Amino acid sequence: MKGFPAAARETLRDSQLRRNLGKATTTIRAKRLATIAELDDWEALREAGAAIKAQAMATLPEQLERLEAAVTAAGGTVHWARDGAEANRIVAKVARAHGSDEVIKVKSLATDEIGLNEALAEEGISAIETDLAELIVQLDPEDSQSHILVPAIHKNRAEIRALFERTIAQGQDLGWEASAIAEAARTHLREKFLTVPVAVSGANFGIVETGTVCVVESEGNGRMCTTLPPVLVTVMGIEKVLPSWRDLEVFLQLLPRSSTAERMNPYTSLWTGVRDGDGPREFHLILLDNGRTDVLADEIGRQALHCIRCSACLNVCPVYSRAGGQAYDSVYPGPIGAILTPQLKGLGEAPTLPWASSLCGACYEACPVKIDIPSVLIHLRGRVVAEEQSRWEPERLAMAAAGKVFQSRARYEGAQRLARMGRGPLGRMPVPGWTPMRDLPEVPAQSFRDWWRERRAG
Amino acid sequence: MSDARAEVLGRIRSALGSAPAAPEVPRGYHGPGVAEADLGLFCERVADYRAEVHRVSRDELPGALAEACARLGLARVGTTLDQAVEGVELVRDDPPLSVTDLDGLDGVLTGCALGIAETGSFVLDGGAASGRRALTLVPDVHLCVIGEGQVLASVPDAVAALAEAAAAGRPITFVSGPSATSDIELDRVEGVHGPRTLEVFVVAP
Repeated sequence: MKGFPAAARETLRDSQLRRNLGKATTTIRAKRLATIAELDDWEALREAGAAIKAQAMATLPEQLERLEAAVTAAGGTVHWARDGAEANRIVAKVARAHGSDEVIKVKSLATDEIGLNEALAEEGISAIETDLAELIVQLDPEDSQSHILVPAIHKNRAEIRALFERTIAQGQDLGWEASAIAEAARTHLREKFLTVPVAVSGANFGIVETGTVCVVESEGNGRMCTTLPPVLVTVMGIEKVLPSWRDLEVFLQLLPRSSTAERMNPYTSLWTGVRDGDGPREFHLILLDNGRTDVLADEIGRQALHCIRCSACLNVCPVYSRAGGQAYDSVYPGPIGAILTPQLKGLGEAPTLPWASSLCGACYEACPVKIDIPSVLIHLRGRVVAEEQSRWEPERLAMAAAGKVFQSRARYEGAQRLARMGRGPLGRMPVPGWTPMRDLPEVPAQSFRDWWRERRAG
Repeated sequence: MSDARAEVLGRIRSALGSAPAAPEVPRGYHGPGVAEADLGLFCERVADYRAEVHRVSRDELPGALAEACARLGLARVGTTLDQAVEGVELVRDDPPLSVTDLDGLDGVLTGCALGIAETGSFVLDGGAASGRRALTLVPDVHLCVIGEGQVLASVPDAVAALAEAAAAGRPITFVSGPSATSDIELDRVEGVHGPRTLEVFVVAP
């Protein structure tokens, strides 16, 4: 773990990456503003979205129990997983029970978070990503994801074409049309959709009232995976519940307009348990904790669980759109990642992420469920500092000393006099990490207070 | 397994503390039943996704379907409708076609549950007109017939109208344009895994 500053220093040197990212995020920003401007009740939808999520979290035990009962009644099997390893074991067990050494996957951040593909590989089961961007990342052994929605956003058309011509479309000339590049992926995956017996998906929403699971997507690979294989396993974070069917009327407006800036994404699939003669014969729903209850325990930080993974905050973030997703070293990059990752993994695992922000507030403004990301960032900075209290950090010591000095008028004025004499705590002490890059300001010959006193005396 | 259940629920309860505040949900947005559906808008927005839209009368429908099939070169087409199409071999999904059979079809012709004007979407609900999910997914061309009266104004209208199907456990699919991806430079381009050609026939009563 090298931390955000070091990782960002590396990614910032990659000018191709900055161009690709800049182009993609600028385009999507403008499109998003135009699409949400079509709805004159956008702010009311955001208010409702935030409240539905807050309500779901406040009543989470009851919601999960009701969801479990509804899914079970509809012929599904519900599993609970305390952590990623437990969830991975359940998926592997289901795949093995069906004698399959392959599973096809719909893009799912939850399964990326728990390292499902790697865990399955250790069991001799290969996980085949079917989302175009996930496929791009999977085909390039050097690559990793950099965006919630478009994991290969850092790659441009030419790079994707070259990668495909090296791998799944060897010996072909794909040309420059994006549709030809997409066609290569279609041909490559078609047979897998029709033959692999087990699919794994994530979930955008789990609707408690009806026991319905919802996957929102574009390409049709989600429909393929949730419809064709006889067995479907869905890994769903426990925070994905929506209490009532009606809540979809809010989220099916908020999500597509915030993520791909479309009025509606091409395909939204909703299914309830198993359906005779239509879709999988066996459905498993894994309810995943993996750190989410730790997030829930923090009264300020828990709103990070409201996230619907739209990625609007990434696209508007001045830090993300320059440093790129890989600098965050997490499946959740950008502003939401900066508050979610340290809370999910523990602050000690990602102590620099709460500082990966200029606190400009663009993310809060863009967030469809009004997560106050800047406030959570500041709160987490406080927690990181508090956890480091016992350590001899120069900044902390300096701040503690400054705190003492500023507490009393006498000490403050004394310090000013000392500084003028070139000694003392406000003097020209070289400060590691500060003075090599910046000059300390010249100390004026007379302080304002001294001047004021003299003026009144005179 | 039950250990995990008890432990996760226990963790949640202790994380929430004794009296977590559950806010009322303010529903100040436009709910269902606010506006009349605008058919012109529906057609415009379906077309925005680069789907072909045809506005036809009942009498014109067979000819429009035959024209589309001929233009797209569809000889064998799966169907859920009792609508003959000249020059086309129509195949019923009964008994259910295998995925290989579905993959061998040139296209599929179905109805749907409803349409949404504001977003240019239509919704399949696993009923007789929509067919089962695989039928409208595997073939590369989808011809969808929708009555003018089936088009609703907004997403809240659609969600309300679908409540019964959801409660009955029927699979529901919202379709907005042909298969697409935004994964190459965040630009929507047609055609990955779902039907790459979509034509919608809006039929006057």
